[in-house]
This record gives sequence, structure tokens and C-alpha cells, in this order.
Amino acid sequence: MTETRYTKDHEYARVEGDVAVVGISDHAQEALGDVVFVELPALGAKLAKGDSAAVVESVKAASDVFAPVSGEVVEVNKEVDAQPGLINEDATGRGWIFKIKIVNAGELASLLSEADYAVFLKTLA
Amino acid sequence: MRYLPLDAVDRAQMLTRVGASDVDALFADIPAAKRLAAPLDLPNGLGEIEVERRLARMAGRNVAAGSVPFFLGAGAYRHHVPATVDHLIQRSEFLTSYTPYQPEIAQGTLQVLFEFQSQVAALTGMEVANASMYDGSTACGEAILMAHRLTRRRKAVLSGGLHPQYSDVAATLGAMANDEIVRLPLDPRAAEDIATQIDDETSCVVVQSPDFFGNLRDLKPIAAAAHARGALLVAVFTEAVSLGAVRSPGEMDADIVVGEGQSIGNALNFGGPYVGLFATRLKNVRQMPGRLAGETVDADGRRSFVLTLSTREQHIRREKATSNICTNSGLCALAFSIHLTLLGEAGLRRVAALNHAAAVDLAERLGSIPGVSVVNDAFFNEFTIRTPRAAAGLVDELAARGIVGGLPVSRLAPRAGLDDLIVVAATEVSTLTDRQTYAEALARCLQAEGKK
Repeated sequence: MTETRYTKDHEYARVEGDVAVVGISDHAQEALGDVVFVELPALGAKLAKGDSAAVVESVKAASDVFAPVSGEVVEVNKEVDAQPGLINEDATGRGWIFKIKIVNAGELASLLSEADYAVFLKTLA
Repeated sequence: MRYLPLDAVDRAQMLTRVGASDVDALFADIPAAKRLAAPLDLPNGLGEIEVERRLARMAGRNVAAGSVPFFLGAGAYRHHVPATVDHLIQRSEFLTSYTPYQPEIAQGTLQVLFEFQSQVAALTGMEVANASMYDGSTACGEAILMAHRLTRRRKAVLSGGLHPQYSDVAATLGAMANDEIVRLPLDPRAAEDIATQIDDETSCVVVQSPDFFGNLRDLKPIAAAAHARGALLVAVFTEAVSLGAVRSPGEMDADIVVGEGQSIGNALNFGGPYVGLFATRLKNVRQMPGRLAGETVDADGRRSFVLTLSTREQHIRREKATSNICTNSGLCALAFSIHLTLLGEAGLRRVAALNHAAAVDLAERLGSIPGVSVVNDAFFNEFTIRTPRAAAGLVDELAARGIVGGLPVSRLAPRAGLDDLIVVAATEVSTLTDRQTYAEALARCLQAEGKK
């Protein structure tokens, strides 16, 4: 079964077995506007939770994407490299950014559930 | 806004706030022995007329490059700069403008930068160039950092033909970032085998051509060796006029091309300000440092200019920017552009041919002096001679005879064991008489030695 958790920095981590698929939330892509460039992490990079992993650039701003959990980058999305606009079209689907192999499943509990993230977004409005 | 110095009350308040008894207490961390106890030993003030006289006397001891036979190059070159260049760059619209922080209202400035970039890209054989860096050496340092970002590696291999001061700048930047810098020994004959120095950790090899000693180097096999290991070739030049005569670094598969642009449009200026040129392939543009002007159309469809890809820069990306350099050598770049526009492609080729011819003539004259040999097989407007005794002394003797004879290598590399080498440049402003005078004077210096 898959479960999607969120950070307060608007990353999502969709848990698929021992791997988390990471990207930015639909709210984040909406706020950024047209994404024109994505700087992907290096394959094999070992990241601690909260490390800067990738950069998403829109027309006027560049934003860090932080690792929502600790682990090793096992895959990067070459599609968004070629077509950054996928993040606007389908942030939580084809617009994923990288996959990270989870080393400490306990970290997931500190992230927000989908429902809690929705509540969190309301506090920002 | 007031720009007045502090008065005694201000000082007392500030000292009280930081808890210091007096100003001297602020320097307590400096060992007492290193502090100056007495007032500075300065003369009393003089009247304006006396100051003018004294400074004029001091200035009179300088030798202006244009007033003597002058053969110094090694990174800074004396060329003819048409009066038009100076006239145009002094228009106040150009002279007083700073880097455009509200860029789109400065269309003229942006158009100049765009044309400058187009010229640099064409000269270097690359696809994109930035709006200039501070000078060639810092451009070189930035190129290495860019290669590290592109390859995600942190080791640069510097050719022994790279200008020693460029290597010093790279080493300084590398030390601060904990990156590895491998400096190959100075290589007057261009004999080094740099390909064997490239390993899987290497982000880039940095190779200058014409190199510090004047040698022309074939970059293509070096590029191939670098690429085979996933590394990049950073091609460097200090004499931009050479690009009017030799194959461009882009044609020889360089990934990043950097160089000094002083010799087009800019005088020697006591060593600066100069203008760094920086160009690369389009696919690398996101990691390129510096400002970048782009061409677009406005709301009415008219051709106009913007600063583009600004998300690379520190005013947007803060500490993650490609570089902390967010400005450029605007006025020097303008001078470069105007001079190159006046020359055109045919003019640049002609100037380059004149340079080469002058250097070949000088090399033949110097090389035929007994005991003196030309080190290089192939050169553009600069070459290296080997002298039968210490080069530094010879250059001093030549200076005493009113000739600036070049750079003794020992000046920049005192412990390299290259004390008998002089790097000599001849440009289109050296006359036949200048070259004859130099050769005769050098022969005489050496004859005088032989008789002793």
C-alpha cells in the first residue's frame, strides 16, 4: 500500500516499499508559477533529512527541494530534466523529482499526513 | 545624506556601548610588538604648487610603454587603440552607468552587453558568452568552479603552460573551497603529457593557448582525453588578438573558454581594470556565472533586451548562486566591443597577421644572437628566449638602455629553475627600428659579458 506524506516546506514523499518518491506539492507548483528548470540531485548522493537535494526554478525564483527523509538517491526523473513544465502539469505524478531509499522509516512519522497537510495549507491562506 | 566623520561625542558613545576604554583598546588582540607606537613618519603638509612639482618629478621617473621599444606581454599587451574608442566610451550614458540593477530601463547598456557577448561567442567559437568578468584570471577561477558544478567533481588539473598568476588565483579559490588543484610544473616547451594526469576524479583540465611561454597548443587531443574520463576542457587565453589568427578553442572542442580581453580596446592601465571573457556551450548555461543579456521583443513586438537566466545569480539564489560576481567590467567590455566593431573580422585578421609577422621578425633577430635561442616551435605574437646568463639581470640592463625587453620568467616563478628565460611579445605597434634596437642592445649586453 502506498502512502503520501508531506513536509511544511511543501515536499511530498510517496512511500513505495523502502523507497520514497519525492517532489513538490501541487500547492507549491501553483505558488511558484511556471517551472523552467530543475536541478536534480546526483545519483547515489547520501542525504540527511532536511538536506538540500534539488532546486526548482520558476521564472523569477529558485527554490530548494529538501530531502523529506534520510537516505540515498536511487533514481532521478530525467523527464522533468527535459520538460520542467511536468511539475506544473502533474506535480505529484509525472512531475516527481527523485527517489530516495529510506534508511529510517521512523522519520516518516514526523511528516504530515495528506489530511494534516491540507489543514496546514489552510493556516497559510 | 551626510558623510561627516565622527566627532568626539560619537566616539565616546560608541566606546561606551562596546565597553572599551579607548580606541587603542580595540586593537588589544594585535600583539604589542606588532603595533606602531609612534605616529606615522609622514612629512608636513605642502602647498598645492609644491605638491604638483614633487609629484611631477616622481611621475617623470616612470617610463611610458609608448615612449620606448616595448616587448612586455605575459598577460597584458600593448596594442594600438583607435581614438574613437576612448571618445565613445566617455559618453556619459556609458561612462557613468553602473551594472544595471533595474535592467530593462537601460536598453542601451543591455544592447552593448548583448553585442559584446555575441562577439565573444563568435571569437571563441562557443554558443554563449556572459557579459564579462573582472579579468582573465578570475574568469579562469570561475570556470574551474563551474566545471566542478557540472561534473560534481572537485579536482582541477592546471597545465604548466597556464600563466602562473592564473594558477595562483585558481589555487587561492581552491584552497578556500577545499577543492583539489594539481599544478603541473612550468612547461616552456609545451612538452607535458597532460592526458595522463586526468583521472576519474578530475573535473577539468585547464590549458592555455597561446600559453604563458607563447606556445600554440593543439587542444583537440586534450579535449578528447578529458571527455573520455568525463572531465571538461577549460581553454584559456591571455591574448585575445590571437583569436584572429588561430583556430578557436570552440573548434578544438573546449567546454568552457575564458580569457583576458584587455588587448582589444583597452590600454595597459597599470595592470587593470581589465575585462574577463567567459564563454561556454549552451547546454552548460545554467551553471555559467555572471550577467547575461538576452534579446527579446517587447509588448509591441519591438526588438529589445533583458537580463536573462537571472536565477543563476545571487540576488535571486543567494548563497546557492553560480558565483558571487553579479557585476561585470562594463566599460572595458564596451571598449572591447567598439574596437572589435571598428576592426571587423577582416581587420582583426589583419592586425593578428601584423602581430605574428612582428614576432617572427623579432624571434629571428634575437635567435641569431650567439648564445641566445628561441624556445618555441610555434607561437603567435609572443615567444620565449633562452639566454646564456640570468634573464632578470639582462632585462635590467636592457631597461638601463631604454628598452623594455620582456618578462624574466624568474620574476613570476623564482624557484622554477627557469632563470635563463625571457618571455617576449611583439605587437603591431613595435616598429622595425624597435626590433633592431632590441636585438642590437641584447647582443651588446652579452658581448660586454663575454669580454669580462
